[in-house]
Amino acid sequence: MTNIAHETISLAVNGERREADVEPRQLLVYFLREQLGLTGTNVGCDTSSCGACTVLLDGESVKSCTVLAVQADGGEVTTIEGLASGDELHPVQQAFHEQHGLQCGYCTPGFVLATVSLLEENPSPSEEEIRRALEGNLCRCTGYHNIVRAVEAAARAGA
Amino acid sequence: MSILGNRVLRVEDPRFLRGEGRYLENMPLEGAAWVTFVRSPLAHARVNAVDTTAAEALPNVQVFTGADVDAHPFGPPPYWNINPAMVRPLVARDVVRFAGEIVAVVVSEDRASGVDAAELVMVDYDSLPVVLTVEDAAKDEVLLFPDEGTNVAARGGSQEHDDGFFDGCDVVVSDTVWSQRMAAAPLEPRSAAAELGEDGRLTLWATSQTPHTDKMVVAGILGFDPAQVRVISQDVGGGFGAKMLEVEGLLIAWLARKLGRRVRWTETRTENMLALLHGRAQQLEFTLGGSRDGKVLAYRLDVLADAGAYPILGAFLPNLTGLMASAVYAIPKIEVESRSVVTNTTPTTSIRGAGRPEAAQAIERALDLYAAEIGLDPAEVRRTNFIPQDAFPHTTATGATYDSGDYEGALDLLLRSAGYDELREEQRRRRAEGGPVELGIGLAAYVEISNPVAETEFGEVEITEDGGAILRTGSFSHGQGHETTFAMIAAERLGLPVERVTVVKGDTDEIPQGAGTFGSKSTQIGGVAGRLAADEVVERAKGLAGDYLEASAADVVLDPALGRFHVVGTAEPSLSWVDLATRASTDGRLGELKVSQEFQAPPTFPFGIHLSVVDVDKETGKVELRRHVAVDDAGTLINPLVADGQVHGGIAFGVGQALYEEVVYGEDGYPLTGTFVGYAFPSAAELPSYERVEMVTPTPHNTLGVKGIGESGTVGSTPAVHNAVLDALAPYGVHHVDLPCNGENVWKALQEAKA
Repeated sequence: MTNIAHETISLAVNGERREADVEPRQLLVYFLREQLGLTGTNVGCDTSSCGACTVLLDGESVKSCTVLAVQADGGEVTTIEGLASGDELHPVQQAFHEQHGLQCGYCTPGFVLATVSLLEENPSPSEEEIRRALEGNLCRCTGYHNIVRAVEAAARAGA
Repeated sequence: MSILGNRVLRVEDPRFLRGEGRYLENMPLEGAAWVTFVRSPLAHARVNAVDTTAAEALPNVQVFTGADVDAHPFGPPPYWNINPAMVRPLVARDVVRFAGEIVAVVVSEDRASGVDAAELVMVDYDSLPVVLTVEDAAKDEVLLFPDEGTNVAARGGSQEHDDGFFDGCDVVVSDTVWSQRMAAAPLEPRSAAAELGEDGRLTLWATSQTPHTDKMVVAGILGFDPAQVRVISQDVGGGFGAKMLEVEGLLIAWLARKLGRRVRWTETRTENMLALLHGRAQQLEFTLGGSRDGKVLAYRLDVLADAGAYPILGAFLPNLTGLMASAVYAIPKIEVESRSVVTNTTPTTSIRGAGRPEAAQAIERALDLYAAEIGLDPAEVRRTNFIPQDAFPHTTATGATYDSGDYEGALDLLLRSAGYDELREEQRRRRAEGGPVELGIGLAAYVEISNPVAETEFGEVEITEDGGAILRTGSFSHGQGHETTFAMIAAERLGLPVERVTVVKGDTDEIPQGAGTFGSKSTQIGGVAGRLAADEVVERAKGLAGDYLEASAADVVLDPALGRFHVVGTAEPSLSWVDLATRASTDGRLGELKVSQEFQAPPTFPFGIHLSVVDVDKETGKVELRRHVAVDDAGTLINPLVADGQVHGGIAFGVGQALYEEVVYGEDGYPLTGTFVGYAFPSAAELPSYERVEMVTPTPHNTLGVKGIGESGTVGSTPAVHNAVLDALAPYGVHHVDLPCNGENVWKALQEAKA
């Protein structure tokens, strides 16, 4: 293992203040998964194509495989673990449940967070806007039909 | 009121929605060593030497080569009739036969140092000529296994040709469909981990659809007593037929024993695209003969399948393609011949549809070509040739016995739902207007075979101390929703709420046997096994309740609405499951309420018809899928919500094949689609919402009346879209477009037609 100087970063993850020493090359997704144990953020590809690793950084969706942990220094990160309030699912999570917007579940955290970000920007998107907004998230199970229904339902619920 | 047939929300959802999915990569597995595979960048080469010195000079790194691995090679079971000499060593020894084949195994303390070390493993290769296409492989000029003298790994069907086969046909049409090589591309890459316990038992954690089969394969190849092997597969992020035990899992198990420590591996996406087995890759040459008035009289199908470098399931699948060659049509004479050949590419296996989409892709093109030749509407030529509703059970000329069907009913339902006449009218209007974008309407009828090899599945129901139930199944769910569907099946028999039934799967110590999940057979055998076990539990509970109510068991009934046992005719006194379980626990009789069952049944034949509407830009060749209307009939539906999801996903997979996806190799056999950038399966932006139309024709082969629905959408959608694209191009004299019908292939077809 090569010796690489570590940098100290300070950020809020799901509302909790975290300080950590990270290698400058450490990707945010592996920082979350391996250093913080937040394994809800999945890794689906090596090329920023699939969006399984989507998290919110300062309220906007980012692919955490394309962000270095040091870039999140001083920021606020929300992962899938930080979305529900206790027993109560976030309205977007609830909508995915009710509309059967997930099957194997692997892409789901990314889709849910991408949806939260989309509805923040556009509270009542059309079907075409939803499909275009979620172009960066891939799902192999659902054929997207019920994911689109879930986003529409979440929008109606005022998520 | 039965719970069955209701749109019950999935009980497994919350953990996935909260980011608590139990995927193998998420397991902490303290102290596990990391495994990194060194893979050949060359498609065909002699391996002269593997120098591990530099890699092993790194701290805490060990490297193993083919010479170190004392395990049997990996090959197909004998009953598939595949050349048994064409087996794959777990690690290549003197020759590599595809880019991605493992040449060395690096063990390190962490992921990053494994990657560093793998780069330092020096392999001395001498390139060999490559053979990449089935046509070239069939020439037997470049041989992958020279000792065998041929690249043909398996044959099926009849090799005797009847020269007069099409005598008496007014019209004969023919063409070739290349059902291109596809990647299963599950969103979760594979992982494996293993450890050898102090008791000498091996535990293998796998991302697999078939843990019980895997256990037997591990035992056989590594020389374990099967009782000494435990395979655990937890939440699996999609599989689509491709996620079963492969050499990587076997090597992880081998290493755990060799090193006496816990080891783990998770592949990168690039590794997944190279090494997870591919699918389809069948060349389908068809000839169809019929009368002028639309009656199909004879059909011939030649299948040349690409088995990849080491023949396994993909080499067997042409047998299913051949079996399903007759599709939904009553065809008096059918000839099928198939060959599977080895090439310097990733081996092939089952992926969603597995042999059946190929059959549909061939005959549905044949029907459209025939219809065009005799000037009949594609819907009418299909109607004319359907196996009639009163002909079931029906045995085809290829020997498949279809259980039940109503193909004409499905066609009528589809045409009505889609507004077929209006669509044709719109097409006439647009053709007359002559705009740059042509409208295409494609039809494809299909019948597929689920539970194709008539397997047996295990189900066990146990009442727990708190009056709930556990259903253990040998079937597996990697997204299909068994935890809900199977719970519904047991809950309905037991009179318990669905949430009181916990479904357990995927652990060979917990579940004594299982077939696993492939071939769309889960509900029809696994679900039914669970139902039988629940029924027997109810019978035994009546005996117990009789003892407690001081009545004869024969007089005790279960009120399924309340989940209470009472004497027939008097609602009280009664006992709930909680009452019964509590008393039985105290009396040491709870064990009576645990029953195992197996269920075995013949295959069933789900069917349907799809209609696609596409816009094709005749200048650029770009195809846009505007509508996709699908009638899919898989018998009785346990949970229509889950069934919808299965159909939707199947459609997307099939549309992906029709329009977008293809695994591509460069001339030297180097994979060009090794990432999700190169291999583009559709996103939400490329697909419309689907118009699913339910139809229910139960099967007589099980008490639930259920058939399989996991693959149906895929079988129907690819040929429907393919036909739609060709329908759009009909005015230009285009009769053939290669799959996928992407802009390039459509544009080329248009240019060739102009030339």
